[in-house]
Amino acid sequence: MRITRRELLAMFLGVPFAAAACRERERPFPDGEIVGQSAALGHILREGRSFEVASDNWETAKVVIVGGGIAGLSSAWQLKRRGVEDVRLLELERQVGGTSQSSNGEPVAYPWGAHYLPVPFRENTDLIELLDEMSLVEGRDAQGELIVKEQYLCREPEERVFYKGRWYEGLYLRAGAGDEDLRQFAEFQRIIDGWVNWRDAAGRRAFVVPLANCSADAEVTALDKVSFADWLRQQGFTSERLFWYCDYATRDDYGLKAEQASAWVGLFYFCSRVRKSGVESQPFITCPEGNGQFVEHFRSKAGDRIRASQTVVSIIPTAAGADVICLDDGVARGIRCERVIYAAPMFTAPFVIRGFRDEAPFSAEEFQHNAWFVANLHLTDRPRPRFAKDFPLSWDNVIYESPSLGYVTATHQKGIDYGPTTLTYYYPMCHEENGRSKLFDHGWRDLADVCLTDLSRAHRDIYELTTRIDIMRWGHAMISPRPGFIWSGIREKAVKPFRNIHFAHTDLSGVALFEEAFYHGTRAAREVI
Amino acid sequence: MKSTPLLFLNVIIIATCGLIYELLAATVSSYVLGDSVTQFSLIIGVYLFAMGVGSYLSRFIETGLAERFVDIELAVAVLGGVSAPLLFLSFAYISYFGIVLYTTVFLVGVLVGLEIPLLMRILKDKLDFKELVSRVLALDYIGALVASMMFPLFLVPRLGLVRTSLVFGILNALVGIWATWLLEPLIARNKLTALRVKGFVVIVLLAIGLIKADSLTTLAEDGLFVDNIIFARSSQYQRIVVTKGKLGYSLFLNGNLQFNSFDEYRYHEALVHPAFAAFEGTPRRVLVLGGGDGLAVREILKYPSVEFVQLVDLDPEMTRIAYTVPALGELNHRSFDDPRVHVTNADAFVWLDKERPEPFDIAIVDFPDPNNFALGKLYTTRFYNLLKNVLSPSSAVVIQTTSPLIARRSFWCVMRTLEAAGFTVRPYQTTVPSFGIWGYALARLEPFDPPRHPPQGVELRFLNDQTFASLFEFPADTTQPDGEIEVNRLDNQALVRYYESEWRRFEQ
Repeated sequence: MRITRRELLAMFLGVPFAAAACRERERPFPDGEIVGQSAALGHILREGRSFEVASDNWETAKVVIVGGGIAGLSSAWQLKRRGVEDVRLLELERQVGGTSQSSNGEPVAYPWGAHYLPVPFRENTDLIELLDEMSLVEGRDAQGELIVKEQYLCREPEERVFYKGRWYEGLYLRAGAGDEDLRQFAEFQRIIDGWVNWRDAAGRRAFVVPLANCSADAEVTALDKVSFADWLRQQGFTSERLFWYCDYATRDDYGLKAEQASAWVGLFYFCSRVRKSGVESQPFITCPEGNGQFVEHFRSKAGDRIRASQTVVSIIPTAAGADVICLDDGVARGIRCERVIYAAPMFTAPFVIRGFRDEAPFSAEEFQHNAWFVANLHLTDRPRPRFAKDFPLSWDNVIYESPSLGYVTATHQKGIDYGPTTLTYYYPMCHEENGRSKLFDHGWRDLADVCLTDLSRAHRDIYELTTRIDIMRWGHAMISPRPGFIWSGIREKAVKPFRNIHFAHTDLSGVALFEEAFYHGTRAAREVI
Repeated sequence: MKSTPLLFLNVIIIATCGLIYELLAATVSSYVLGDSVTQFSLIIGVYLFAMGVGSYLSRFIETGLAERFVDIELAVAVLGGVSAPLLFLSFAYISYFGIVLYTTVFLVGVLVGLEIPLLMRILKDKLDFKELVSRVLALDYIGALVASMMFPLFLVPRLGLVRTSLVFGILNALVGIWATWLLEPLIARNKLTALRVKGFVVIVLLAIGLIKADSLTTLAEDGLFVDNIIFARSSQYQRIVVTKGKLGYSLFLNGNLQFNSFDEYRYHEALVHPAFAAFEGTPRRVLVLGGGDGLAVREILKYPSVEFVQLVDLDPEMTRIAYTVPALGELNHRSFDDPRVHVTNADAFVWLDKERPEPFDIAIVDFPDPNNFALGKLYTTRFYNLLKNVLSPSSAVVIQTTSPLIARRSFWCVMRTLEAAGFTVRPYQTTVPSFGIWGYALARLEPFDPPRHPPQGVELRFLNDQTFASLFEFPADTTQPDGEIEVNRLDNQALVRYYESEWRRFEQ
């Protein structure tokens, strides 16, 4: 299907942008390409072919980890810490990391997906162990809470929002907010505070990371039955800015609009990282490559246990464990192992695990993912502020009217405030139901055009400054926590092993967060020992 | 034609106007760009060349000479009349000032170049050639003399550049309108009224400009300076301006005064020598962060024991002009020419994060005040922790820390931040008339008592035993204020917020 530029911009950025199609046709256009993920590789699985493994292509291992995202890498890390050496980690793509991947570059590295981790509460001891091992920690405060080294905590100015031609500090748009807007915002904060302080009879929080420790009390789980937007309306909220703020939150963390995400995950976003009412939410740990720093640490610890570019086509449960068959550069290889940690997206399980369809304890199709594209723009210099009093370039830069999430600045955390930089632009495909197919209808030129046109409303010089723009299309970026998913009971069923296969993907939490992937990865590792 | 003598009066006026526009352009450009020799010479050259182009082009005007002449007068009136305000505004608000400048000069030059040839052709039937050339050219040069006398003696001091420009635009337009009467027989009837209406509109517009001249000037001179600008350039990082006034030279970065040569020795002596006094031992290696004007280095080089000075300043343009602008070179005693001095252009934060030089005995930290986040990071615990990496346990550090009178919380925020980074801090303050009451932090990694005397054997103009001891005394209105003061960290940038709220009180 060929569409005009006018239609393309109207579809991705909204009708007013159709006009940009005629205005800006003759601009210089940077180089770049589609990088990373190869949809074709993964889609081999859909064919359901069977592969013969030559007898000398078999080997044995104690544990095989399928999938090298954060969950699989955390499993490998935990197994190593516990002295289990005979492990293979098989990754489909050329590099591990999943949606926490990053690239090296000049002047600094830059992320392709997840780019921060909120400082965990003191109770999250596994994760703190990781941060300690990585020397990100300075010490503990009087309450035993973690103190992370200053250089890893997101540097101010953290966020700014572009609205009607100007940049303002923060994410909630205070500029031009009326009394009623501010009253509703305060009321919203009050409700959040209420949930932060809420405890059930057993003393459990309503919303906490890891999600497995959240209260299952009916008062809380009822929130999972409605969309976040419906819930806001039920509370009597009408402020457009408040809706935008909440919508931004769910798009940012879940790739869903507030109309699509459940109220439970909406509140999880606002409550789970606040220790107690009245205190700031937990600060962010970040660095130029984002969560790529954790990937790199896991990778260096796992060493040669990691095997990239391996398409796992079939896992055959056996009495002693399982046989894992994968394609290595077209050659079928087999690994006979005692246990499998399945850290690939859950919806792939029926295609890979033999016999799963016949006796499935849960329906893998219910784990639905949404699609994103991420662009990295390499700039020769910083966009020039249009007004002397504009709020300056921040870590996270959001455009109020845009369906994108704006961009993060890779050089920000390093204190490199002048000269070349890299901006990472995020676009969740949640504005239509068929986001994934829409994403793959468009090649590099179209998506780069969308990105540049979107950013040009805030930065007129973006075309002149950008020398290169590379794009990654994430067909299955994140699990979609729509209403009725998280508390449907499916998580409890899926977290149980199937034969000798232990599931570990972040899908099992229903939210795609680093901490959740890490939780399930380490949990599965403990189970197989 | 009975009006011929009056036409000769016109020649004087247009010649005067023509030269005035040229002088205006040259003055405005040397005013804002500095280096008046270059500016005047380039503007005069381009202008004369453009007049030549105009004279040449006059051959292509075949018919309706009188009408064309009036049109050209009106065009010169508009372009020349708005030239000064246009140039001021474009300098203040757009980056391609040079293009606007030379385009304006060229266009005015072309139009003025057309005037005299056309006028001579109009008059050629009235006089014989010998007479015509001698009279017109003589009057032309008389006009030039009138202009060049009036401009510096009367126009600039009394009217200012913007009003002069507009007044002469109006004069030019009047010549145009007047010519419609003088040359009435030569102009087609049906065109006459149109020309007069045009002329009238031009005069009204310029007159409105003249009435609004004050606000126009304020708008244009926003960010301009009281004293004469002898150097001005926008580098990649900031706008650097050096001015010369009655009290001496001043350096401004982004409009903020960095020093005045009249009292900078007070500031720089107070910045450098207490750290040397606090260092126990023989100072050999000195680090200077910021200080691209070379004045702190001048003080450092007074110590013969110093073997190595590493200066790290963000802006290559700044350190370059510290050599190349003669006034600055004289003031800093050409300190950057000293073989002991090594200049590196880098953001000190990034430099400290990357480099691992041998430890320094003394570090002089002299950044602009923390009025934005990029500067605020240079006052954080992270920055001071990075600084520790290039110090030894006995090193002495000094930091300029804004005014404890005007920005009291900001000043004490820096002290608390240094303490949080593990330094023992001895705050001190002095008076620098150009700045007011000014503050510094003397810090070491080991506990120490504030030094009591300036170092021996160093020639000083300001510091003596009495002033030295009083540096460490704080009057009641500058002591640490009550209430909690946050430590400045990368992830809160508390100092930038203190600073902004405290200095905002002094802005209009």
